[in-house]
Amino acid sequence: MSLLTGPQLQFLFQGLLWTVVLSVMAFVGGGLLGFAVAILRVYGSAPVRNLTMLYIKLVQGTPLLVLLSLAYFGLPTLGLRIEPLTAAGLGLSIYVSAYLGEIWRGCIESVPRTQNEAAECLALSWRQRLAHVILPQAMRIATPPTVGFMVQIVKNTSLASAIGFVELARAGQVINNATFKPFITFMVIAALYFALCYPLSVWSRRLERKFHVANR
Amino acid sequence: MSQIVKPASVINSADSVHRPGDASRGNPMSPIVRVDSISKSFGANRVLDGVSFNVAKGSVVAIIGRSGSGKSTALRCIDRLETVDAGRIDVCGHDITSPRLDLQQLRRDVGIVFQSYNLFPHMTVEQNIMLAPRLVLKLGKAELRERARMVLAQVGLADKADAYPSQLSGGQQQRVAIARSLAMSPQVMLFDEVTSALDPELTGEVLRVMEKLAADGMTMILVTHEMGFARKVADEVIFMHRGKVWEQGPGAMLDAPRTEELHNFVASGL
Repeated sequence: MSLLTGPQLQFLFQGLLWTVVLSVMAFVGGGLLGFAVAILRVYGSAPVRNLTMLYIKLVQGTPLLVLLSLAYFGLPTLGLRIEPLTAAGLGLSIYVSAYLGEIWRGCIESVPRTQNEAAECLALSWRQRLAHVILPQAMRIATPPTVGFMVQIVKNTSLASAIGFVELARAGQVINNATFKPFITFMVIAALYFALCYPLSVWSRRLERKFHVANR
Repeated sequence: MSQIVKPASVINSADSVHRPGDASRGNPMSPIVRVDSISKSFGANRVLDGVSFNVAKGSVVAIIGRSGSGKSTALRCIDRLETVDAGRIDVCGHDITSPRLDLQQLRRDVGIVFQSYNLFPHMTVEQNIMLAPRLVLKLGKAELRERARMVLAQVGLADKADAYPSQLSGGQQQRVAIARSLAMSPQVMLFDEVTSALDPELTGEVLRVMEKLAADGMTMILVTHEMGFARKVADEVIFMHRGKVWEQGPGAMLDAPRTEELHNFVASGL
């Protein structure tokens, strides 16, 4: 049983690169959108809060594959031309925003109410309270679960293969179709995903420990 | 138990005390805080029932009473942390009940210190103190430093500027909280059971800071369980019971209670 050839490996690494690009897109897009979701969910008026909650429930209750398909196959029927990369970025961002929004909502709400009250009594405006008192504390709480969730993002980008995007998983399928060496091919794929995710989970665990120590 | 004595603010042990309504113009001691028959209910529970009292500029008023008597709620109403259902409160010229109240201006004029300190844990002592003067008063760097140094000296913690709250004792944290309020140069300081979470030794160091503050002429309203402190430092003591001002007078009133309720309260040594 021979190993993969140089060009095949190169093809895989290209896929790996796209997986990284997709992950970053999903994290940045989903992070920005998720921040808005978290803020609206905590500080919005009652109808806004309910609407945001509905958004979260809808997205969390929809498989990512369906979200990606909606973006890639659904939007063109509305007359929008969309590239696989854009569709994948969009679908992933929406998916991530619902989860990060909910994680961050919890973190914002876990900052004691008395902190906000104390800042209010010092005549700080809502923005000032948020920027200088609430968010810095919420961010410390949010870092471990956020980094932990990044692992999920990396793995979930593999679903973009379903809409024709050649990232790591899809590259693996292509090579397997040509070489028919499924075991070795998918072992390499798994190893590459692991190489991406493991540092993230180690980082997450380390942050968690640090956070616990800081709170003792 | 029958109510032999008339409750409410009618009972005044001293004639010098300002009664609600006699906010006499031209009086040099005209009140800086005027609480006029405020009422408030939490659901069916009437926590404040027509409470009135005035606080003259530069005076110290201590509010005492059993837990649940409404004393903390009354204090929180003054800083609009609670809204009243009825009545009026006037603080430094701000009508608290007005819908057009400038809440931020009110909070610049009124400082409040809580039982649980509520320091910002992610900032050093100095950053805690400088935050509001920097963001709200927009002071320059040198001025901020100077102000922080001054208020820290005032509470006897000049050497703790760079410490984090978690590195300080409860008493020190509370003194930083006082300094943080003072840094905004408020006209009135409110103290909500600020020593209740502290052991006697640490209580002493916080009370000494407050006593000095009173001697410097700060207008102070404090809800407290420290009867000795109320007797000694307060110009006026207000005993609250069942959401009413039950008895009110100078500190000496505690030695000769007129109502059975105050008598029992003092006797119980709370």
